[in-house]
Amino acid sequence: MAAPMRARDRATSALLHLQLLAVAVVVVFPLLWVVGSSFGPGGGLANAGPIPANATFDNYVELFTRTDYGRWYLNSLYVAVLNMVGSVVLSALCGWVFARIRFRGRKASMLAILVLQMFPSFLTAIAVYMLFLNFGLLDSLTGLALVSIAAALPYNTWLMKGYTDNLPASLDEAAALDGAGRLTIFRKIVLPLMRPMLTFVAITSFTVPWMDFILPRLLLQSSDKQTVAIGLFQLITDQYANDFTTFAAGAVVLAVPITILYIVLQRHLVTGAMAGAEKG
Amino acid sequence: MTTTTTSETPVSTRDRAPRGPGRAGLPAPVPGLASALVWGAGQLINRQAGKAAFFFACFAGTIVWEIATGNYYAGMDFTARANGGFFIRGLWGLITLGTRPREMTLTGLTEGDNSIVLMANGLIALLTLALLAILWGWSVRDAVRYRRALNAGGAAEASRTYFRRLWEGAFAYIVLSPGMVLLVFMAVLPVLFGILVAFTNYNRDNLPPKNLVDWVGLDNFATIFAVPSWTATFAGILGWTLVWAVLATVTTYAAGLFQAVLLASPKVKFPRMWRSVFLLPWAVPAIVSALVFRSMFNGQFGPVSQWLVDLGVTDERVYWFTDPSHPNLARAVALLVNLWLGFPFFMALVGGVLANIPESYYEAARIDGAGPVQQFRHITLPIVQRTVMPLLVLSFVHNFNNFGVIYFLTEGGPDNVDYRFAGSTDLLVTWLFKLTLDNRLYNIGAVMSLVVFVIVGAVSVLNLNRTKAIREL
Repeated sequence: MAAPMRARDRATSALLHLQLLAVAVVVVFPLLWVVGSSFGPGGGLANAGPIPANATFDNYVELFTRTDYGRWYLNSLYVAVLNMVGSVVLSALCGWVFARIRFRGRKASMLAILVLQMFPSFLTAIAVYMLFLNFGLLDSLTGLALVSIAAALPYNTWLMKGYTDNLPASLDEAAALDGAGRLTIFRKIVLPLMRPMLTFVAITSFTVPWMDFILPRLLLQSSDKQTVAIGLFQLITDQYANDFTTFAAGAVVLAVPITILYIVLQRHLVTGAMAGAEKG
Repeated sequence: MTTTTTSETPVSTRDRAPRGPGRAGLPAPVPGLASALVWGAGQLINRQAGKAAFFFACFAGTIVWEIATGNYYAGMDFTARANGGFFIRGLWGLITLGTRPREMTLTGLTEGDNSIVLMANGLIALLTLALLAILWGWSVRDAVRYRRALNAGGAAEASRTYFRRLWEGAFAYIVLSPGMVLLVFMAVLPVLFGILVAFTNYNRDNLPPKNLVDWVGLDNFATIFAVPSWTATFAGILGWTLVWAVLATVTTYAAGLFQAVLLASPKVKFPRMWRSVFLLPWAVPAIVSALVFRSMFNGQFGPVSQWLVDLGVTDERVYWFTDPSHPNLARAVALLVNLWLGFPFFMALVGGVLANIPESYYEAARIDGAGPVQQFRHITLPIVQRTVMPLLVLSFVHNFNNFGVIYFLTEGGPDNVDYRFAGSTDLLVTWLFKLTLDNRLYNIGAVMSLVVFVIVGAVSVLNLNRTKAIREL
């Protein structure tokens, strides 16, 4: 009886691994294609292919010399850092206040935050564009960062509040009995405990500006203020300078750090996303 | 035995203010009325100098601000436009949206009224006035309540104590204020402004300051819902957006579920490696993937069309995204690309749920003779559905507004001649984007924003009622 069972087991196992392999090929091929194109000969889509004949760094060099990629990278970095710092500080403070302090209007504010969260940030972006357009506030990287922080603030505050709710309040109370002021309690006790969730907020608010297209497209105008996402889009859609292989190099430079970050921190990020979804 | 009489109203000697004659027995509304006329007057009657000073300062500040930003002088013929300050001119601007456009006169180009700036400033003035009204109400109520407490024989409270009490209570507000201020100016104000624009005729034909923008009431809504070409466009795009959202959610969920179940099988070797590979579409930034697929499916030079020709499946190259006679080609490719991008998320999610299902359930089922399909249908599926349901709704909303996949892949194309400014794969949000940025039809765009908000908001509210969040509130 054992032999036929083992054969059937082997067949199922083979089929299973075949399916996994097929999906893996589908998943990896486009990525391989773009990486290969970035190392291949330059000159556009017709020359693109997954396995380059003579691997060269030409496209990468061209990326930084012929296009403004370096400038775009620095702009994105600026917005990302500002976004990360601002989001972490504000969401930590606001989340802590909502979780720990009972003040007048707390329930109303929480409801307002829930409602604001529901409003698609895309629509806020369009409205901000119209507003900024008429006040001459467009074309500012700092403005872009501030709008990004504000757009994500409801969600981040909600996350931090939910997380802080689950932290034991007994430590706070013990410290208060010992005479610590509120801000001291926040700095020395609550903040270190918040660290895992704050890391999640920090990571997401750092990576999002690199990939964000809508807000920068609406709020930035001059060519020396563009971010990487806009720049890459221009490389592909510009009729006169359509150069796929340079785009491929730019795409690889952008995607590799973010991909590595996400793969390394995958468990963390999925738990964080689930926590946010679970709570609302 | 001595009986100790305790005074009915314990008075702290530290806070006791000297009771003067003529104060006791003053009817409560009197200070209220006084504060209503001049802020802080009621507090003064109540002998609380500090509070009186605070409220009066706010009152005086408002008036000074109005006069300073305006053009007031003796003997003027008052018009809001020429003389009004921040508040009065602001309100005037909000109501009229300007009366004189920029004109060329003998002395050169006049300044003219910029309708949109007036509207925005008016909105800010209105909100500030609302805040001041709250302050006003606070001073009246405070005066009345305090007088009532005094009449009932309560203790007098010095202003200093009051402010100290307020400071303790206001700590929360102070810490929250940077975040709240940012939110109000960068989120709430623009949204209100956007809603107002929907009721104007602000578009590329009416750009200030050369032209004046006017309130048109519900005309824009009438356009969308009554003019045939606009209605056809709106209905068509809405229909496709709904179909897209449903199909996108269902396909990514099904694929993710399927893959997670397969990966959870004990027969798999190196499950962690496979999982990391399958997470790649989620880890790589979507804009990069979408643009790569756009190039791969490029009609003129893309490899996919080339391979189909090489393999003999088609005679000539297929134009996936630019062929107006086959719009469903573009739609199908968009769904497939979205599947590639979206299944890892559900796979990871379901995988997590599966890992937490006790093995004992399956063993009991096996003992009862259940086959693998039955185990899946009666154990795995119900447990997974229960956990994943709220995320499915969130995913639906996300796909409904999935600007990135559509815009980067097809830019809404192929073009559709029946549609106004839209293509066959355009979602409501991409159409909205094109209306606003490329075609500068701000008013129609604003109407679209409202419609999308209503739809998405309704779905979100329904979903919210089912979650823990609202109950915990």
